[in-house]
Amino acid sequence: MSITVSHVSKRFRPRGAGEFVALDDVSVDLPTGQLTALLGPSGGGKSTLLRIIAGLETADAGSVRIEGVEATHLPPQKRNVGFVFQHYAAFKHLSVARNVAFGLEVRRRPRAEVQRRVAELLELVHLTQFADRLPAQLSGGQRQRMALARALAVEPSVLLLDEPFGALDAQVRKELREWLRRLHDEVPVTTVFVTHDQEEALEVADEIVVINHGRVEQIGTPDELYDAPANDFVMGFLGPVTRLGGRLVRPHDIEVTTRPGIVGGTRGRVERVTRIGFEVRLVVRLLDDGQPSRQDQVEVAVTRATQRRLGLTDGVEVWLAVIRGAAVPQMRPGVAV
Amino acid sequence: MAADLVADQLRDPAPVRWGLRVVTVGYVFLLVAWPTALVFRNALAGGVGTFLHAFSDPAVEHALALTLTVATWAVLINLVFGVTISLLLVRYDFPGKRWLSVLIDVPLSVSPVVVGLALVLVYNGRTGWFGPTLERAGIQVIFSTPGIVMATVFVALPLVIREVVPVLQEIGDEQEQAALSLGASATQTFRRITLPTIKWAVLYGVVLAVARSLGEFGAVKVVSGNLVGQSQTATLAVEQTYQNFQPQTSYAIAAVLALAAMACLVIVSVLRPKEGSA
Repeated sequence: MSITVSHVSKRFRPRGAGEFVALDDVSVDLPTGQLTALLGPSGGGKSTLLRIIAGLETADAGSVRIEGVEATHLPPQKRNVGFVFQHYAAFKHLSVARNVAFGLEVRRRPRAEVQRRVAELLELVHLTQFADRLPAQLSGGQRQRMALARALAVEPSVLLLDEPFGALDAQVRKELREWLRRLHDEVPVTTVFVTHDQEEALEVADEIVVINHGRVEQIGTPDELYDAPANDFVMGFLGPVTRLGGRLVRPHDIEVTTRPGIVGGTRGRVERVTRIGFEVRLVVRLLDDGQPSRQDQVEVAVTRATQRRLGLTDGVEVWLAVIRGAAVPQMRPGVAV
Repeated sequence: MAADLVADQLRDPAPVRWGLRVVTVGYVFLLVAWPTALVFRNALAGGVGTFLHAFSDPAVEHALALTLTVATWAVLINLVFGVTISLLLVRYDFPGKRWLSVLIDVPLSVSPVVVGLALVLVYNGRTGWFGPTLERAGIQVIFSTPGIVMATVFVALPLVIREVVPVLQEIGDEQEQAALSLGASATQTFRRITLPTIKWAVLYGVVLAVARSLGEFGAVKVVSGNLVGQSQTATLAVEQTYQNFQPQTSYAIAAVLALAAMACLVIVSVLRPKEGSA
């Protein structure tokens, strides 16, 4: 295991406010060479956990081991971790090349080696032609790539990224996360990144740790989490959910027919149709004996083709049923699958 | 452009705009520009020769030299402690932090004469708290250079701090954390990251402190004893020569002091625009 976090707790006592539990007895093992996402809503404690691993924050209780070395009380300089901040933390007065060289310069490496390594890294992050610019002259995405090169320069045993794409716009975000995935395949350093964006986690990570209210809700691969979420929270956080027959299901795991053919089908009437590209989202009001007696609404996602074939428009009567093999919460409260 | 012009006219009718300009310019002219200009005119009234002659007096020479020494020490001390206190105030949390912050502004609100008197009470050689002890050790504070330096440090204390603190607050500590995580020691982080980021603020504070230190009068007058050729600074010499019917000398020293202060202001205004791009 590259990073072992055992029984870590952290409380904050903001001035004038009560106590805030950021982490409550958290234990996680992060294997070497993997790309792991810490996923959860903001204020859930995931950034605190990352900062404790980096040594930028100290835990009230528990221990952290990095590459088998007891690191709980090591200062950040001695942990050999690379840290990337959401707002880049670029050294504003230094050129891009000097930013990347910083970690090597403070280690007093020979000048030739520093230059060679900086050139390599700038090549890796596609910033070679910007070497002499100041960070202020770069776009957000370029600044974050510079920050990444700077963190990689010292050959860290683990790379920690705190909401690395959080401050970027949607298009750049998407590009950068694909790029991060490719980079990780090229430079397979153990990487942990914090995100509140489930799509980002599902797309990039080998493994996802879901953290909420300072506790680990579930640890698993993207498929495991999506298909077999441990509880309602994980299911709801990883993708869209709706309620049918008293259970949580994904809107695309509902089968729609216009005739009462399916066993256990529930009758309803289409109330609203929203089309987003190839996907069509229906809001269906459930009916009791032809009357909308219950206030239940169900969201259903179908393809554009299905919608056209069945003629699903406002006011059409439909029967809904959960398909076989649908993702359902395992209902085991608490930890790990 | 046209829209701007219209908006401008809507906001301020022409008479109001012109009225405001005349009042402001007239006010500054009568209060600041004209009196200052008169000092220079009087100093040079007898020609450059007379002006320079004033500085051949050893007492005047000594007064200027003393002012320079005192200002140098005061600014150096304020530089070191100013930056240290700023870092302490912004980056660390400790009980009594708000009180310290308030205390730092005391020199701005308390009259310099009171500052001088307070120093005399603590350090005088006969009845002060530390005075007798220090005097027995051979260090005279009051009526000598250390006392003058202390008084000057006191009055100029907030200047560096009040410039540096907002900049430190604005840049936050992420760059410093990044440096630490990249393996830099605390000293390396300060030298390579913190100092370059705050250097313009520090320089600006130093320039203000220089101007203030050169011109301090009240506090220095109380602690120095105003002994000609010994503990008389330039500002004290201006007053004394004027009262001793040597107006020419008085004007000459005043002109030099005013010139130095103006040089400081010019340096500041040249530095200012660089703050943005640096």
